[in-house]
Amino acid sequence: MAFEKSDPNLSKPSKLRWGELEEDDDLDFLLPPKEVIGPDENGIKKVIEYKFNDEGNKVKITTTTRVRKLAKARFNKRALERRNWEKFGDAVREDVGSRLTMVSTEEIILERPRAPGSKQEEMKVAGDSLAQLSKGGAVLMVCRTCGKKGDHWTSKCPYKDLAAPAETFVDKPAASETSVAASGSSKGAYVPPSMRAGADRTAGSDMRRRNDENSVRVTNLSEDTREPDLLELFRPFGAVTRVYVAMDQKTGASRGFGFVNFVNREDAQRAINKLNGYGYDNLILRVEWATPRSN
Amino acid sequence: MRPILMKGHERPLTFLKYNRDGDLLFSCAKDHTPTVWFADNGERLGTYRGHNGAVWCCDVSRDSVRLITGSADQTVKLWNVKTGAQLYTFNFGSPARSVDFSVGDKLAVITTDPFMELTSAIHVKRIARDPTEQTEESVLVIKGPQGRINRAVWGPLNRTIISAGEDAVIRIWDSETGKLLMESDKDSGHKKTITSLSKSADGSHFLTGSLDKSAQLWDARTLTRIKTYVTERPVNAVAMSPLLDHVVLGGGQDASAVTTTDHRAGKFEAKFYDKILQEEIGGVKGHFGPLNALAFNPDGKSFSSGGEDGYVRLHHFDPDYFNIKI
Repeated sequence: MAFEKSDPNLSKPSKLRWGELEEDDDLDFLLPPKEVIGPDENGIKKVIEYKFNDEGNKVKITTTTRVRKLAKARFNKRALERRNWEKFGDAVREDVGSRLTMVSTEEIILERPRAPGSKQEEMKVAGDSLAQLSKGGAVLMVCRTCGKKGDHWTSKCPYKDLAAPAETFVDKPAASETSVAASGSSKGAYVPPSMRAGADRTAGSDMRRRNDENSVRVTNLSEDTREPDLLELFRPFGAVTRVYVAMDQKTGASRGFGFVNFVNREDAQRAINKLNGYGYDNLILRVEWATPRSN
Repeated sequence: MRPILMKGHERPLTFLKYNRDGDLLFSCAKDHTPTVWFADNGERLGTYRGHNGAVWCCDVSRDSVRLITGSADQTVKLWNVKTGAQLYTFNFGSPARSVDFSVGDKLAVITTDPFMELTSAIHVKRIARDPTEQTEESVLVIKGPQGRINRAVWGPLNRTIISAGEDAVIRIWDSETGKLLMESDKDSGHKKTITSLSKSADGSHFLTGSLDKSAQLWDARTLTRIKTYVTERPVNAVAMSPLLDHVVLGGGQDASAVTTTDHRAGKFEAKFYDKILQEEIGGVKGHFGPLNALAFNPDGKSFSSGGEDGYVRLHHFDPDYFNIKI
């Protein structure tokens, strides 16, 4: 018995058989499906449609719209009715430009209270007491917290500010005060308070500037590298105040580079020396000073 | 968030109230004209003209049909919410300070100030369904507290009336007999005038704010103090979130703060506290004068504050407000 083969080509308007068709003609009359992209984080929605224009050519039409959510009105039926009530009282004569109701021009946030003994202060004192100790001479102790040999004890490790226990903060000022006294008297010459080592510099802006001078740029990072990874990698060299990894907002992956700010310039130098060319997550890192002029 | 500023009043705000459905916001101010706004975009719907004195307080019935306002012109008026028409006027011998509808809207409790020979009093009036049948008569009149009674509200199931005022004592009265059932302890309670009182959404507990720079949370049935929230400023207004365990306090005079804050927005803020932990969560700045009124939308997603500056600021919370952790 002869079967009717269901031939998809039968629906074609032309009388060509499928074997005689060329590859790219095959899909000529088929339009790609409509794509809807979005709405993304800015509320942009793209709709891509394909159709044939008057000349029979395939055209692609991209419609970009912005989807914005307004404050939701209540779903309640009675509330919706109330929305349509007429104005009364003084509102009757209200003109559109009366501007009684305005949206604030500034963004107001729920400001969280700052904890007393803010981190800025702690970091500053820690940095200075570390400087003290390194000048004061080598003490062969291993800091349990950051694993660095020689320069400091654990109680003075600046990584404490991440854990922030109150007692240690109290310890540090006492230590820095005594060491200030020591250095002042040993020198013999008068050193103004603002220039003494361990001096309480204002607002930490000095600190921040120095930090930016001790900034190390790391390039050729793998996609999955994040701030904690860099911190872990650079901590053994010394006190790190800030790590930053440039992130691609759309994909969430690292853009391949980042910055590490050290408290001490010597630590930064050592990190550059040791980690430049270091293999990390299958890529060879490039580690250098962040600003082209390092001194 | 971007607060919506509504400047419909020329004088300081005294009270704010959302209706049960959360789509209307009623504001009372010292300028004699209570105003109603749409709660989503702040658009003004209308004003209620008729009072001759500062309007201290208002309440709206559950179906949002009836509005009651208490004013310094010694009257309490009933209004039709939709049209702005006056339905009835209760006359008193002294300024009316606080009004509150009962559950079911059949009764209203009104407090009046001490004035000349009259002492302050709490009146309970019956509210008729049909305004034409409304009568002046009081179901109950309670006298007793010294000083102004700043706020009186119905307790759970309308069985009690809770009042608080200038003598810093919170009293619970039986609503049928008028007998004093309970009084807050003088030592553990507030030390200065209680300016505001706000019930929880279910009515089981309430929050009082006082000029002694604190707010206290009380159980409505036993009048035991549950929590205390301390601020640096005298508290003029309090509100509780119906959705999260947050308490908001709004206050007063800026005596000691010499801060160098933003010069664009005002420095007076509504302070948010965690209800259970009693710790400050944060503050929402913006008002140019002390805050006098606070109200939460019943859905808990927005709140509004009214200040001495005459502005009502309507805030819709950002999504991360709901994820705040201490």
